[in-house]
Amino acid sequence: MHFLGCIIPHRYPSVERATRLIFPDLGMKLLDMEGATCCPAPGVFGSFDRVTWATVAARNLTIAEESGHPITTGCNGCFASLWEANHELKEDDELREKVNNNLAEIDREFKGTIEVTHYVDALYDTAGLEKIREQVSRPFEGVRIALHPGCHWMRPKLVKQKDESERPHIFRDVCETTGAEYVPYKDELMCCGAGGAVRTADLEVALDFTKQKFDSILEAGGADLIVTPCPFCQLQLDLGQVEIQKHFGEEYVFDVMHVSEFLALAFGHEPDDFGLDTHLQYMQRKSEPNWAQILM
Amino acid sequence: MDFVDLIKKAGGPNVQSCYQCGTCSGSCPAGARTNYLVRDIIRKALLGLKEECVSVTELWYCTTCYACTDRCPQDVKPTDVIKAIRNIAVAEGHMLSNHQKVAVKVIETGHAVPLDKEMWQQLREKVGLEPIPPNASANPWAAEEVKKLSEICGFDKLIGYEEFLKAEEEKKKKKKKEG
Repeated sequence: MHFLGCIIPHRYPSVERATRLIFPDLGMKLLDMEGATCCPAPGVFGSFDRVTWATVAARNLTIAEESGHPITTGCNGCFASLWEANHELKEDDELREKVNNNLAEIDREFKGTIEVTHYVDALYDTAGLEKIREQVSRPFEGVRIALHPGCHWMRPKLVKQKDESERPHIFRDVCETTGAEYVPYKDELMCCGAGGAVRTADLEVALDFTKQKFDSILEAGGADLIVTPCPFCQLQLDLGQVEIQKHFGEEYVFDVMHVSEFLALAFGHEPDDFGLDTHLQYMQRKSEPNWAQILM
Repeated sequence: MDFVDLIKKAGGPNVQSCYQCGTCSGSCPAGARTNYLVRDIIRKALLGLKEECVSVTELWYCTTCYACTDRCPQDVKPTDVIKAIRNIAVAEGHMLSNHQKVAVKVIETGHAVPLDKEMWQQLREKVGLEPIPPNASANPWAAEEVKKLSEICGFDKLIGYEEFLKAEEEKKKKKKKEG
């Protein structure tokens, strides 16, 4: 079942469209999750009240449980909320009882019968690198990519057990199937600054993180493109450039793509097939992607 | 219940394992640019200095990146401790107004970032999607369920939803008078 969340369908619909192109290309079917709500944001609602957070997340999980299919989501935040709630409710009897008492009031029950995955898991584990490579008809030869894996897919590492969080390779392996050149930079594994309700609490503090990441990429010789598996990080890195200019007077020009968009291009889809130019950075700056740099 | 027990109950069960090595603060990107120090907050928490923990703005600078949690040699899970202290802070009325607004959005629409303007629907159409996605935006019953859950959980009271609505009403009246 395809969990959309908030930011992908409501602010970066090009990511939703690109995902709806590449999953079928890889032989994976996406089922709409009618009536899913906010995950709810783990660092925001988890910081306000853990039981409410777990209850609303569990409500989303019950929709997938009814269908009997696993969830996949393209957002690190949504993944964290749904995966962690699923995990905690399976382990913590006291929390599960509280949550199920709450859910009973709307005739729902968390049963713990499904798994939660991220697009990265679907790409790496379900489709596999070989199948992805076979779909690449427009290789990104010579295109330098900086990666922003973000935090919540792989951390906390002892709980998630996805990748080695100090030296991760899975997201990089997926991106490198396109033939693009991976650019290592010092702050690759640092947070974008948006999470944990910080973007809402103090935008300038959040943007200061983002600025450090951009400077770090420039120190590494720059990149033609930044790729991330999370739309909230994407918003922070994309729209964040406009905000940094406004708040700090410094201009950065980076194209930022979600991994779904990046693969859609590599699979031969045209930018207009999914609206690459609708990113908020381009809309607000009245600019366009640097087509030459991304071989378009 | 004393403060340490409150933290343990709210989601930070390992808080007492902290031996103040400072790996958390050394790993913290928020601490590198603000006065937020994870180690300092945990030390104060263990000393029972509740007010010093729950009322400071710095508490809200953690982006929950979990760098500290992945490196903590004592498995304190500092990120979870911070989230637990935030839960206590909110319960004691220390909630930022911007955070209250996000909470209200979820209560009213089911989404923290809702499809609240015509332009977002147009953006969807522009990329070749239906104007309204199949989440709570197209299914008002789903938002109703979340609203009901927020009442059952006492979340509406926790964030001061009723007071928020009253204040909004007052603002509207004032605007009308001036306007």
